[in-house]
Amino acid sequence: MNPNLINFIYLVAAILFILGIKGLTKPKTAVRGNMLSALGMLVAVVVTLININDVDFTYVIAGVIVGGIIGGVMALKVQMTSMPQMVALLNGFGGGASLTIALAEYATRVGMAPSSLANFFDPVVVSSNAFGDGLVGTIAILSIGLTVLIGAVTLTGSLVAFGKLQELIKKSRGLPGGPIGNGLMLAGALFSVYLLVNNPGDVAAMGAILSLALLLGLFLVMPIGGADMPVVIALLNSYSGIAAALAGFILGNTVLIVAGSLVGTSGLILTQIMCIAMNRSLANVLFGKMAAGGEEIDADEIYAGKVKSAQPDEVAMMLETAQRVVIVPGFGMAMAQAQHAVRELANALEKNGTEVEYGIHPVAGRMPGHMNVLLAEAEVPYDKLVEMDRINPTFEDTDVVIVIGANDVTNPMARDSEGSPIYGMPILNVDKAKNVVVIKRSLSPGFAGLPNPLFAMDHTIMVYGDGKKAVVEMTTALNQA
Amino acid sequence: MEILILLLALFVLALFLGVELITKVPPTLHTPLMSGTNAVSGITLVGALLAAGTDSSPALVNWLGFTAVTLATINVVGGYLVTNRMLAMFKRK
Repeated sequence: MNPNLINFIYLVAAILFILGIKGLTKPKTAVRGNMLSALGMLVAVVVTLININDVDFTYVIAGVIVGGIIGGVMALKVQMTSMPQMVALLNGFGGGASLTIALAEYATRVGMAPSSLANFFDPVVVSSNAFGDGLVGTIAILSIGLTVLIGAVTLTGSLVAFGKLQELIKKSRGLPGGPIGNGLMLAGALFSVYLLVNNPGDVAAMGAILSLALLLGLFLVMPIGGADMPVVIALLNSYSGIAAALAGFILGNTVLIVAGSLVGTSGLILTQIMCIAMNRSLANVLFGKMAAGGEEIDADEIYAGKVKSAQPDEVAMMLETAQRVVIVPGFGMAMAQAQHAVRELANALEKNGTEVEYGIHPVAGRMPGHMNVLLAEAEVPYDKLVEMDRINPTFEDTDVVIVIGANDVTNPMARDSEGSPIYGMPILNVDKAKNVVVIKRSLSPGFAGLPNPLFAMDHTIMVYGDGKKAVVEMTTALNQA
Repeated sequence: MEILILLLALFVLALFLGVELITKVPPTLHTPLMSGTNAVSGITLVGALLAAGTDSSPALVNWLGFTAVTLATINVVGGYLVTNRMLAMFKRK
């Protein structure tokens, strides 16, 4: 096929991707958008397949079959509560794909044919124009080095993120020296990229980039705790896009560049949204701990003698007369798999003539939009899922707020107590409501490690126990009333 | 050289377009957005096909190509299917 025609069809594919993401701006058009995007992918892949003649198709077909089965099974089996894990894995595979493309391209152009491990890292004599003449060659080898770097960081970083979300990795230990150690590794990897660009035949430099970047991904994500995962997943999402765009520069392929940049910006914007919602800088999430600033706050002093608790059926009596109820879900709701029970409770309330809405904090859960997907799974209409800025002014007219499995995002200290480590973080002002019901296992602190004065307020009632069980009991009591 | 400048221009314009598009996606759809962009980043499948190597390539290249094709296909198939599954839940009302 004429190269101009191929590039024209790649342009069509790129437009379909853009229309696909545009479709995602409204729930109504989102399904069609996703289909358009998939069509773009089909077009791009088919055109490429038609035009590669001298490729060894055994490997290609085997890869498509193996990948198709793994991807299909993952997508159809995954539970909605486990979406963060799935996205973490897909981020990692995206990074891994770009990484292996760069390595394959490097090995092809250098003519690497190691016969044993011993001569694997022997420098190869490369003709000066193996990667192209002059500046073109320099950019090509630079792109290869950077793709290996970013792809490898994305791969191991995402696998660690997956391990943490799946609770396979429980410890949050970093490299001794923390950010300094990571900084040294990054500097070493960048220096190796410089060596590689100077002498493309320096296979040892390529080996150094690869191994340093793989370790860097590991140690970057290792120290980061569960509640900061939304930031990490969004950032790794962005890296996988940037790696794809860089791979596009290696191959001079337009559709890779466009699609990769779209994914890269998407991840960066989500990262930024998450950071703003936690009032922390990206550097603070990646390298810092939650500040231990201010004087030590004694939890007993805040809670002593002021915390009231009740049984679910007592709460049901309160709910019976409520005009307006707002439900505030957090990661605890996902842990307890309580989304369907919550929906049943909302049904019972609505049957009773009560208005019910859901207040969603941007960092509730383990990834952007996690709560929305869980509640959508339980068939909650999406217009009942109200974002923070729109729900906050309504709390004063709300009779009962039910907080289920959320803690730090409701802590009034973030608003009122200037010395507090979380001061300045935007929160859901649930304490402004007439009554607050908090369903929680105990008074244990959330991720920030702080006591929550909300629990000790006069109009707050604690319901201790498993979230799902408590909600089911409330619903039963409400239906019997 | 001219081609490099063109590719760079494409890259920068796509970044700006990305910012304009993504900021309009509502928070409710942020999870499907992430899995959907995972699928789009599976466009590396095109790159993997181009880099997969020929009959005469060393085995190293063939195996790297096989890995790249497998990983990219997981992203394409898994990403689009799971996004479709999620969006279908948002659609019904």
